[in-house]
Amino acid sequence: MAIEIPVFHVLALAGILFLLGLAGVLVRRNIMFLLMSLEVMMNAAGLAFIAAGARWGEPDGQVMFMLILAVAAAEVAVALGIVVQISRRFDTLDIDAASDLNG
Amino acid sequence: MELLWLVPALPLAGFLILFVTQGKLPDRVVALVGAGSVGLAAIVALGVGFQFVQGGEPSYAQHLWTWMAVGDLRPSITLYMDSLALVMTGVITGVGFLIHVFATGYMWEDHEEPKGYSRFFAYMNLFVFAMLMLVLGDNLLVLFLGWEGVGLCSYLLIGFYHRDPANGYAARKAFVVTRVGDTLMALGLFLLFWQFKTLEVQEILSAANTLEPGMATAIGLLLLGGAVGKSAQVPLQTWLPDAMAGPTPVSALIHAATMVTAGVYLIARMQDVYLMSPDAQRVVAVVGLVTLLISSFSALTQTDIKRILAYSTMSQIGYMFMALGVGAWSAAIFHLMTHAFFKALLFLASGSVILALHHEQDIYKMGGLWKKLPVPFWSMAIGSGALVALPFITSGFWSKDAILLTAYAESGWLFWGGGVLAAGMTALYTTRMMIVTFFGETKTEPHDNSKANTWLPLVVLWILSIGGGWLGIGILDELLGGIREVSHASPVALTTMVVPLLGILVGWLVFSGRMNVAGLVESGAGDALRRFWQSGWGFDWVYDRLFVKPFVAAAKLNKNDVVDLAYRITAAVLRGLHYVGALTQTGRLRWYAANMAIGLVLVFLIVLEVL
Repeated sequence: MAIEIPVFHVLALAGILFLLGLAGVLVRRNIMFLLMSLEVMMNAAGLAFIAAGARWGEPDGQVMFMLILAVAAAEVAVALGIVVQISRRFDTLDIDAASDLNG
Repeated sequence: MELLWLVPALPLAGFLILFVTQGKLPDRVVALVGAGSVGLAAIVALGVGFQFVQGGEPSYAQHLWTWMAVGDLRPSITLYMDSLALVMTGVITGVGFLIHVFATGYMWEDHEEPKGYSRFFAYMNLFVFAMLMLVLGDNLLVLFLGWEGVGLCSYLLIGFYHRDPANGYAARKAFVVTRVGDTLMALGLFLLFWQFKTLEVQEILSAANTLEPGMATAIGLLLLGGAVGKSAQVPLQTWLPDAMAGPTPVSALIHAATMVTAGVYLIARMQDVYLMSPDAQRVVAVVGLVTLLISSFSALTQTDIKRILAYSTMSQIGYMFMALGVGAWSAAIFHLMTHAFFKALLFLASGSVILALHHEQDIYKMGGLWKKLPVPFWSMAIGSGALVALPFITSGFWSKDAILLTAYAESGWLFWGGGVLAAGMTALYTTRMMIVTFFGETKTEPHDNSKANTWLPLVVLWILSIGGGWLGIGILDELLGGIREVSHASPVALTTMVVPLLGILVGWLVFSGRMNVAGLVESGAGDALRRFWQSGWGFDWVYDRLFVKPFVAAAKLNKNDVVDLAYRITAAVLRGLHYVGALTQTGRLRWYAANMAIGLVLVFLIVLEVL
């Protein structure tokens, strides 16, 4: 018999993961860690979908998770290209070095 | 007849070609396009006119399209041909063509910059188009379009030699002064539209007898305001002498033969409105009389040959206005036509002289030219003869006689007397101009470089200046009617005929040195009077004190422009806000992300009704 995990617990975990990711995005200056934090935030969102899908017994949550995986893959493909460019141009991975677009 | 639209379309095409190519065409092609388009228009106009006279219909209208339709206002672009428009079209295309041909030679060595030749002919063609729209338009709005178009071209061509700031000043002066008249004219058009709910000329004329006398006077005076500005009559005459800053063919075409007579055309066209208001008509006559007296005295004291001719143009147009005022409509148009012939001839001849003397315009630096420059001399002699109205052999005689004798028959001795006095003065200043320019000792050696394209138009104008009178009596009388058959045996007619001859005699005695008037001229009063006349009766001085100086002072006082303040404050506030907004754009990605997170939190809090 499967153990019933209360949906509140799952959502709380997703929320904690999301906030951890957000904190990582805001605090880390290394662009690689920034991207990893972003992945954490996305997976937190995915986890919330899964939990909601399980709660109502619908397949939509899993569909959305597949979509998030695809988006994350595409995003990483683009972002890594940018990372390469930044490291070539600024000779560092510090995101604050790339702040030429100020008003 | 169906080809009527080609008459204005051809010069327009010429303008467009020259305008689009932007001076990239070789000069010979430019000359061909510039003069050729007007020449073709003249041929078409001749054919159309021939058909028109043969057809015997009083008028012919060619509807092209409706300009726009807004409520009651539905101005149609319709070309309307009647005898008045036919005479005007003939003068514009015919004399215009001759002047264009002359200009191909005159401007050849006269333009300072590489593209000047093309620019000159582009403006000239545009002018001919606008002038044709003015006389052929069957709607006052179209007429006004042409009216402003010729004003624009006049401005552009007066300031043609734009490197000298004085010429730019003259151009602006002409533009601003005529704008005063144009404003009055626009008000007159508004009144007409208010009264008739249309601006179609023929509809207005056929309904003109329903006008209240007061309204007719108001409209008549406002339209007269426009005519006075365009035709350089008192009190808006001050721009014409300065307009001589333009190239001489421009002076001949725009400031003698065609544009300045637009006012005469306007009043003749609207004559049914003036017939409803004897007061307005009387004002027209008085304006003409005052102008022709004032300017003929001024012409006597000028030393610049073109300014002499400019004042003479003003006085001849004064005759036309006087004729309109006393009801001699046909005589006014007759004089318009002969004046176009002989004044164009005089201007072109003076242009030849000026060119041969390397741009010397002061007649006291000329002298003794009659043997050295035979074609300009004979041109000037024939043109002067027509201007003075030598009896029987010149065109000017027939038209001026028609005006003066009608004036005597219609309204007594005042207008006739003034006209005859001015005719005497005309003879005097013309004789002075001829003697000082062409006789006596040579002061500047001319170089005669006339080519066929500069002397041939002159010769054609010789014929027109002499034969134009019979042309007028034969054809114009049939077309317009009412050119008075006058007997030349009455004392009045004899006086009219003899006074110019007396003027020539006095002029010959004085300016050839046979009668010594030095004491009179050099006395204090004589000198003051001479300077007064030379300055054009002080009109410029008065206008300068009355309008220009106060305006400049007010402009200085209001240098920071109070009205503009509201807009400048708005702009300053917006610029400040923009600056604050720009501060947030740091370029730091994490700063943006933090802002988004804070914003999101705020939105959540609002949605959850915590805040």
